[in-house]
Amino acid sequence: MSGGHGASAVRETLRRIGLATFVSALLGFFSLPLLWLAFAPFDAGPELTASLPEFTLRNFEVLLDNPYALASLRNSVLLAAGTAALVVASAALAAYALSRVRVPGRDALLYALLLLSSIITGTAAMVPVFLLAFNLNLIDSRLGVILVLTGGLLPTAIFILKDFTDATPPSYEEAARVFGASPFQVLRHVVAPVIRPGLATVTVWTVAQVWGDFLMPFLLLRNPDKAPASVIMYTFYTEGGQPNLALISTFSLLYSLPVVAMYLFVSRRYGFRFHGGIKR
Amino acid sequence: MAPATSPPAEAPGRAAPADDAAGLGRARAAAFVAPALVLIAVFLVFPALWTLYLGTTDYRLTGVAASDPRFVGLDNYTGALGDPEFHRSLWLTLQFVLGSAILGQTVLGFAIAWVMRDRTGPVRRLVEALVLLAWILPGSVIAFLWIALLDRDAGTLNALLGTPGTAWLLDHPMLCVIVFNVWRGTAFSMMLYGAALGNVPPSHLETARLAGASTWQTLRDAVFPRIRGHVLTSLLLVSLWTFNDFTPFLITAGGPDGRSEIMSVYVYRTALDDGRLGFGAAVSLLMILVNLVIALVYLRALRRRAAERAGGMA
Amino acid sequence: MAGITLRGLTKDYPGGVRALDALALEIADGEFFALLGPSGCGKTTLLRTIAGLETATRGSVHIGDADVTRLPPGRRDVGMVFQDYALFPHMTVTDNIAYPLRIKKRGRAERHEAAAGVASSLGLDGLLRRRPGELSGGQQQRVALARAMAARPRVFLLDEPLSNLDARLRLEARTFLKRLQRELGVTTVFVTHDQAEALAMADRMAVMEAGRVRQVGTPAEVFRRPASLFVASFIGSTPMNLLPGRVRGEHVVLGEETVLPLPEGTRGTLADGDEVVYGIRPEYLDFLQDTTGAGKGTFTGRVAVVENLGSSSLVTLEAAGGLVHVVVGEGREPAAGDRGRARPRAGRALLFRNGGLVNGGGDAMTESAAMGERPG
Repeated sequence: MSGGHGASAVRETLRRIGLATFVSALLGFFSLPLLWLAFAPFDAGPELTASLPEFTLRNFEVLLDNPYALASLRNSVLLAAGTAALVVASAALAAYALSRVRVPGRDALLYALLLLSSIITGTAAMVPVFLLAFNLNLIDSRLGVILVLTGGLLPTAIFILKDFTDATPPSYEEAARVFGASPFQVLRHVVAPVIRPGLATVTVWTVAQVWGDFLMPFLLLRNPDKAPASVIMYTFYTEGGQPNLALISTFSLLYSLPVVAMYLFVSRRYGFRFHGGIKR
Repeated sequence: MAPATSPPAEAPGRAAPADDAAGLGRARAAAFVAPALVLIAVFLVFPALWTLYLGTTDYRLTGVAASDPRFVGLDNYTGALGDPEFHRSLWLTLQFVLGSAILGQTVLGFAIAWVMRDRTGPVRRLVEALVLLAWILPGSVIAFLWIALLDRDAGTLNALLGTPGTAWLLDHPMLCVIVFNVWRGTAFSMMLYGAALGNVPPSHLETARLAGASTWQTLRDAVFPRIRGHVLTSLLLVSLWTFNDFTPFLITAGGPDGRSEIMSVYVYRTALDDGRLGFGAAVSLLMILVNLVIALVYLRALRRRAAERAGGMA
Repeated sequence: MAGITLRGLTKDYPGGVRALDALALEIADGEFFALLGPSGCGKTTLLRTIAGLETATRGSVHIGDADVTRLPPGRRDVGMVFQDYALFPHMTVTDNIAYPLRIKKRGRAERHEAAAGVASSLGLDGLLRRRPGELSGGQQQRVALARAMAARPRVFLLDEPLSNLDARLRLEARTFLKRLQRELGVTTVFVTHDQAEALAMADRMAVMEAGRVRQVGTPAEVFRRPASLFVASFIGSTPMNLLPGRVRGEHVVLGEETVLPLPEGTRGTLADGDEVVYGIRPEYLDFLQDTTGAGKGTFTGRVAVVENLGSSSLVTLEAAGGLVHVVVGEGREPAAGDRGRARPRAGRALLFRNGGLVNGGGDAMTESAAMGERPG
């Protein structure tokens, strides 16, 4: 009896030790690479080794001196805003019409589009996308990047928004119509406000996708003046010579903050909804 | 749906509800759908179809074949299949997907979800925040963090392990890329399994505990049967994403000597660095085919899951 | 103000479902009119066709003198209350009520004043700044009514106006609606699947089945003189007793022992041996405890079940012609197992042949004729 007790107590202790070890290892593994990002920007003499900083904010001054740093963040904003506007507007119109007007083969079409968007990834289609942009004179054009990204993101965006519209009773629109609203008034007064959480979800999702995307701007933009932060960041540490760690660390931090802020906002506002992951 | 007077029973009259609750009319509805469809057709569908043609030409970035590509039939495909670099890339890709996605992310993600399942408080929040952070930060930032971590002379890892001078990225490039991708992608599996474990009825776990089952037995008998569907679908999804991941390029650029040149990087190098666009298109098509196979299996698994759920209810 | 005239109205849905079948109906100016029928009978489709939310495949809809068949809903001058009320969740009560005026491009101040006026007449003061989500079911219903009233339409259309209220509120709302309609005097059509609601509220009603109108009349007419077996079985909170039988001379024979005299107004139209259905409402049967003269003009048998309805009881009698339900007043209920008789009251029995009514049942005729002369 007591022997059994002792054995189970030992087992319980071992289990606790094992668990604590696992959690510590986990914390170590996931925090180790991030430490540098947390410390280096504020270190008077930043090195590659993560170490507690000799605190300073001087490093952020180098951002102002570098001709590309802030410009690239502006480019990222332009790309993200342009893509988000195009994706949200065209996806909302399409999702609304597809949700409300019965077209034969509608569901098959939607699934086919979704399938296509998941198999024709940027990586798998970089050759034809590059050639297409080349032939349409969209190389080195922000619009080109926006259009290509929009094409890839639209099917999922339509799908998410159609979910939201489907969940809205059509009697709202019918009520507005009975009182004489035109289709555009129905859209403006009733539908858009009612599916606003959906529009917000898709906006945030699109911005998150574009903000971090490297391949498309890397492929399609040649002029570094137009390159977004993802590409500029890459050039900062791959161009020849000694990497400027003050620049890289502060720029990394500045470039990362909006994403983190957006996540905090989304999870506060809507709870973390598992829409296939807001990011892929 | 038109508002059913007295819910679903009104089947006959409601079988064909208002075709057009919004009063859009076919023409306006078509106009609403058109912009999205045009964008998708031009920038998603057309490139995919074009790949079929491009892969059969000797299109090049520069030179004569740039302005006047020739039809070369299946030469690109036979060329690729006979190219030892392609073989190596295929093998590395397999290691990458199996090692980082299927083994690494899935096992680690599940383990975290399992350990954290009935835990609340700061430890859980910290773990989840860190894992999520790894997932959401921009790829090029993350890539540099790993370059710094693994640096030969001043890397934090060498400092911690006391192995100064070990050039991890040169000596073990593929291992680095795999571990990196586990680190980066575990969040998805963690969240998915977290949600799935939340759906395992506590009574099942308690039954197993009352029966004195070990952790392993509990997982095998009470948990796994309930989340089997999730495991399969998430495996496929994660494989698809990992197969198409381009982030390793930001760390190793495929090097040294192509020893971490997974398929996505291989396509980039052959098509855009070497300028062999036709050849790159052929390899792209192979990639799309692999994607298609994974996606179709995924859809089938989803449908089976839906059918099982419907069957389970009946 | 305007009446509604429907002629030859047919609505086919793609896939071959016919929701309305060559339907004709006249609804008088100022009338409170009910469309009653079981699920899927087409009553909601009819209401939506009047509103313009559905387009008729054939036939015409007139409101007043105007043919509105091809007009979009916004130009028909109707106000509608939806079953789920369809209050815009992002707008306040004021903005909801004022919405029709906003579409009519009235100024903000005028809109708000008008909304406040309508709201006040429906007892919604103090709720104007709330959103629909913060209102009770009854309040939501009144906001929906107020919104329908705001633009002073010629016709009100109400789709199952009471179905989203709980049982106690429903009775209150019934009275409220009826009084409101009387005060406003606006032609009002409402859809319901609840026969009690239609009987209680409507001036006149149409009973629908399978896309057609089976009977039009005042509640009293429809209750006392259902035109067909379908209407007979649909109307009444305790279903009418409907028993198959055969004509023999001056009598109807149900089963072997129950022999009842032919109801008034049926003699001469029937031949010996005709197969008929004898209909009598449970309320129109008198229960007798004595069993003398069993079988002669009464249903006789053993009491199988006694169900308490509150102020009365529903007694199920195992008679020779089948199970017969009888409503028995307070204090006179038999016990289960007792034997007893049920006698039809004079002039209340109905006879159906081939699904249609044969007689009028005496006084019901004259009464309904009197009620038909309702004030226009």
